Amino acid sequence: MTRSSKYLKFFAFTYLIFLYAPALLLPIFSFNSSQIIAFPLTGFTFHWFETLLHQSTLHEALRNSLIVAVSSSVLATILGILASRSATRYDFTGKQISLTFILAPLVLPEIIVGVALLIVLMQLGLSLNLWSVVLGHTLLIMPFSILIMNSAFNNLDISLEEASMDLGENQFGTFYRIILPLVFPGIMASLLIGFTLSLDEFIIAFFLTGTDTTLPVYIWAQFRFPKKLPTTMALGTLLLVTSFILLSLSEYFRRRAVNSRSSVL
Amino acid sequence: MIFAIRTETKKGWRLLSIPFIFSLLLLAAPLTMMFLLSFWTQDYLVLDKTFTLNNYIEAATQPVYQLLFQRSLIISLTVTFFTVLLAYPMAYFISFHGGERKALWLFLITIPFWTSYLLRMFLWKVILGYNGVFNSLLLWLEMITEPVTFILYNANAVVIALTHGWAPFAILPIFVSLEKIDRSLLEASRDLGDGPFHQFFRVILPLSAPGVVGAALIIFIPTVGDYITPKLVGGTDGLMIANMIQVQFSKANNAPLAAALSASSLMIVAFISIVFVLFNKKYLRRY
Repeated sequence: MTRSSKYLKFFAFTYLIFLYAPALLLPIFSFNSSQIIAFPLTGFTFHWFETLLHQSTLHEALRNSLIVAVSSSVLATILGILASRSATRYDFTGKQISLTFILAPLVLPEIIVGVALLIVLMQLGLSLNLWSVVLGHTLLIMPFSILIMNSAFNNLDISLEEASMDLGENQFGTFYRIILPLVFPGIMASLLIGFTLSLDEFIIAFFLTGTDTTLPVYIWAQFRFPKKLPTTMALGTLLLVTSFILLSLSEYFRRRAVNSRSSVL
Repeated sequence: MIFAIRTETKKGWRLLSIPFIFSLLLLAAPLTMMFLLSFWTQDYLVLDKTFTLNNYIEAATQPVYQLLFQRSLIISLTVTFFTVLLAYPMAYFISFHGGERKALWLFLITIPFWTSYLLRMFLWKVILGYNGVFNSLLLWLEMITEPVTFILYNANAVVIALTHGWAPFAILPIFVSLEKIDRSLLEASRDLGDGPFHQFFRVILPLSAPGVVGAALIIFIPTVGDYITPKLVGGTDGLMIANMIQVQFSKANNAPLAAALSASSLMIVAFISIVFVLFNKKYLRRY
């Protein structure tokens, strides 16, 4: 190993520590018995997790978040399937520019999207509720769904579709019985990623929730109370574990989506 | 043939129209509405719909908005610079020295970012605070005698937290562009007498420019409008334009000014991004 590559390796590991530092603190301090988040550690406790069980506002927020996350991930995935099926199967004028437009929320500052949506809702005189958050989240998640579904549809062999049509299936039957099962792993990956993104999303939810708060908005409110810090850390730990499981699952499905073609043939 | 093209267009649009209309309704219409509103004025609850540029004039001339725009841009550009600077060697290490374990390295890099953005930024507040993790650790190890204060509730803290928060968005695109480099080009440059230094600056860096430019834009554009980080770790000296937009919307009850501030930030960001891309055009053209 040359000297420069040794330096590089040293840098890579140091950088990795920097990247891991915040995430590692969550579990450490959620099991630490002191109310103050500082070293040295004082002792091990489950107390902070137990207090989570008795907070009805938290349970309400969790329920709201689940409703929003399920609805918006399902909506975004349906829209994503339509868009990427169209993008991968057909070639037509205006395709590129309209897709670029649909993918724009990927790079737009979230605050701009939030402000713009809030202005429209206010001008239309609509009340803010969980459904406005669902629509906002669907807009944000749809680009991710499209990118995931694109790679799933790109792996489809067009001859399978043609064979099905030759054998007398109509277009709907072909889609339902041939294409859908083949891109199913992609759909699962898209649902899981969308669910996780929505569950964690703060800005849009902050702008568009009326009185029904979602989980991140609830957490944001908790930050103001130093006494509740360890409880918030415990909640964060649970969220970290949840995200980890959901995204590992989605990665598993995404890989299956990419490999599905080779398993069929 | 023409008929075939027509049906293809028709079929394509039949599927694409639904998501497209959804985006028109939820993105194009709201953005248009935001631009419209920015030319109106609001007096408490009454909206005056006569066209005026006053909001933009206020946004451009009031020192407080000038300061916030300036600070947002400086913070965001600093974050972009440091994130790319740190991410490049990491991506380089994975691409050229990762060997069989490239996928594992990429996986290791993304894991910490599976915590919610909100919590990660909050954790930086916990880490950098006066009685925080960093200070208490250094005190405990007796490396300092008094807590250091220059790292919380100012622009430095915002830069540190954001440089951490956006790291994977720089590492991944740079890694992809490094992976695309034809390794035989490196052999050629070595055969033609380039040392490691020349090889890097004359071959590798220019060829990976698309990834660097992409990474810079992916980080620069959203961080200008970041709300969470400055609010949590920025104190008053680290507040950015997004915080002001939110204040104008809620407490100040001046939605038109908030819209003008949003529209202005969007235009400034778009302008800088376009200039940046044009500036780097010669590296991007080959692709």
